[in-house]
Amino acid sequence: MEKFTTLTSIAVPLDRANVDTDAIIPKQFLKSIKRSGFGPNLFDEWRYLDHGEVGMDNSKRPLNTEFVLNQPQYQGAQILLARENFGCGSSREHAPWALEDYGFKAIIAPSFADIFYNNCFKNGILPIVQDNNVMDELFAVNGEITINLEAQSITTGDKNYAFEVDAERKKRLLHGLDDIGLTLQYTDEIKAFETEYFKTYSWL
Amino acid sequence: MPKTLYDKLMSAHMVREEGSTLLIYIDRQLIHEVTSPQAFEGLEMAGRKPWRIDANLAVPDHNVPTTERSSGVSGISDPISKLQIETLDKYCETFGINEIHMTDVRQGIVHVVGPEQGATLPGMSIVCGDSHTSTHGALGALAFGIGTSEVEHVLATGCLWQSKSKNLKIEVNGNLNEHVSAKDVALYIVGQIGTAGGTGYAIEFSGDTIQGLSIEGRMTLCNMAIEAGARVGMVAVDVKTIEYVKGRPLAPTGDEWDKAVVYWNTLHSDADAHFDKVVNFNAADIKPQVTWGTSPEMVISIDGVIPDPDKETDSVKAESIRNALNYIHLDANTPINTVDIDVVFIGSCTNSRIEDLRLAAEVVEGKHIADNIKQALVVPGSGLIKKQAEDEGLDKIFTDAGFEWREAGCSMCLAMNADKLEAGERCASTSNRNFEGRQGQGSFTHLVSPAIAAASAIAGHFSGV
Ligand code: SF4
Repeated sequence: MEKFTTLTSIAVPLDRANVDTDAIIPKQFLKSIKRSGFGPNLFDEWRYLDHGEVGMDNSKRPLNTEFVLNQPQYQGAQILLARENFGCGSSREHAPWALEDYGFKAIIAPSFADIFYNNCFKNGILPIVQDNNVMDELFAVNGEITINLEAQSITTGDKNYAFEVDAERKKRLLHGLDDIGLTLQYTDEIKAFETEYFKTYSWL
Repeated sequence: MPKTLYDKLMSAHMVREEGSTLLIYIDRQLIHEVTSPQAFEGLEMAGRKPWRIDANLAVPDHNVPTTERSSGVSGISDPISKLQIETLDKYCETFGINEIHMTDVRQGIVHVVGPEQGATLPGMSIVCGDSHTSTHGALGALAFGIGTSEVEHVLATGCLWQSKSKNLKIEVNGNLNEHVSAKDVALYIVGQIGTAGGTGYAIEFSGDTIQGLSIEGRMTLCNMAIEAGARVGMVAVDVKTIEYVKGRPLAPTGDEWDKAVVYWNTLHSDADAHFDKVVNFNAADIKPQVTWGTSPEMVISIDGVIPDPDKETDSVKAESIRNALNYIHLDANTPINTVDIDVVFIGSCTNSRIEDLRLAAEVVEGKHIADNIKQALVVPGSGLIKKQAEDEGLDKIFTDAGFEWREAGCSMCLAMNADKLEAGERCASTSNRNFEGRQGQGSFTHLVSPAIAAASAIAGHFSGV
């Protein structure tokens, strides 16, 4: 996993509440058995005017120019601004894969659905919670936003906002650590737990 | 200290604690073909092996065709669906994981198969790369959906890092009205607390209404906990739970059974356990429900009218009502029971168990679907349920009434196989999500109970029984 330290970028304002993972990456793209390549189909039904299927040449498809991701001033953005309950619905990790593949590294919203929030960290994306007032201010920003994970701060112009992040998750993102490798350090501990566990719950 | 059911289950499985994050031991991982290929690939590439092979049970469900399938995987016409199932088969074979293949009579939707086989037991920690894993909490298990990286993590380590959720108790008391089922209770609750109402919480459903529900009804309810934002939905173990588990193929027997029952009987919240939040509902207030919009919280009673955004004072809410009505092609203030439908779908991990099929069959018996209904599907949750329904003659009741009787799978719940709606088609569906395009691009989904789906099929528009 890539490290996340600081990030400076413009932000795409996606002004909708309850954006679900079906909208982030529609189900027809879930049939891929790979982890990468989902970026061109991120928000597919909002982004293109035609119906997207696997295997299409996305560069030839008609774009919905009204959709914010397609507007010229937001090209190359690595931060996504969203509203309440972002990432609700299906647990598909294809959603953060698509966001990451597109180039997003951070998402700022007033709230996230739990599974999606978890999945972001596994893919080097930093989800940040800010209250609605701050979100309104961020939505109004015209320019770059800087996120500093170490300092847990968001800066834009002369404004500075703090954010919370679980210490363990922060450490993993900062150092780009592999979750499985870390857990396997505790192999002996897990084995010891298991032995006791199956003694107590012997029917399992 | 008195503990909630959730706290008991978390501490029973805690291997290690790192600040607010716990390393939880996983008893059972259920696997399906959509969210596992990348996890298996990761495992293989890292040269790792499954931690405990017996912990896993795989079954293909999302992509399987629901029409005749005796030729197995080779008979799947969509090459991509086929590849996904082949990939699952291949990895299960490579790693020696127990898989119920698509031609096996026990095959079905993973959340139906788990409890049916006794792969889901009270007190277990259960994960699956699927958000509706909350279903299994109906048996007093700690069950939740995870992402693919976590599927790989559980495969490799037998454990999962989890931060502790807060405790939310939803209590429903009183007798249910006629023709009101667990599905209506679930939709009503989601409508009341909202799709983010349970975010960050593990929900325990309690109260005498919940105790009165069958285990199947409790599964319907816990299934939709995720629609209220909670990863975990649970009901305490009682006599019905133990009755349900008894004799299942993977359930313990003999002395082990007796030992297990002693433990299972402790799986309830202690009398004065602390909940971070408690919400109470009155069963008498719950009528049959229908969703009118593009989120499960956009729900009204079958005799209700579609909300008017101009009367909504919260501007964000008004905007989402407008967006939803615009998508779903309905006008504010329309009585929902005047809205015509094109398709009826009875199935999904929410409502495809034998009890659901019986309820629907009772409503359609001796009647016929309306002329404007283009398609009415009944898709049992597993091959065994299908067989049982056939033994009871339910298939005949459905086909006589003009329904199609299919093989088990997810089917039109998310339309990854051939069962999907065309743009502009309106469906009364017993599934759990009415998001834009869920059942086919540009199609309109309305979530209902099996009884309402059946009554609406006969009427040709949304209708009470
Ligand atoms: S039936 Fe629907 S909700 Fe349930 S597992 Fe299948 S696709 Fe998911």
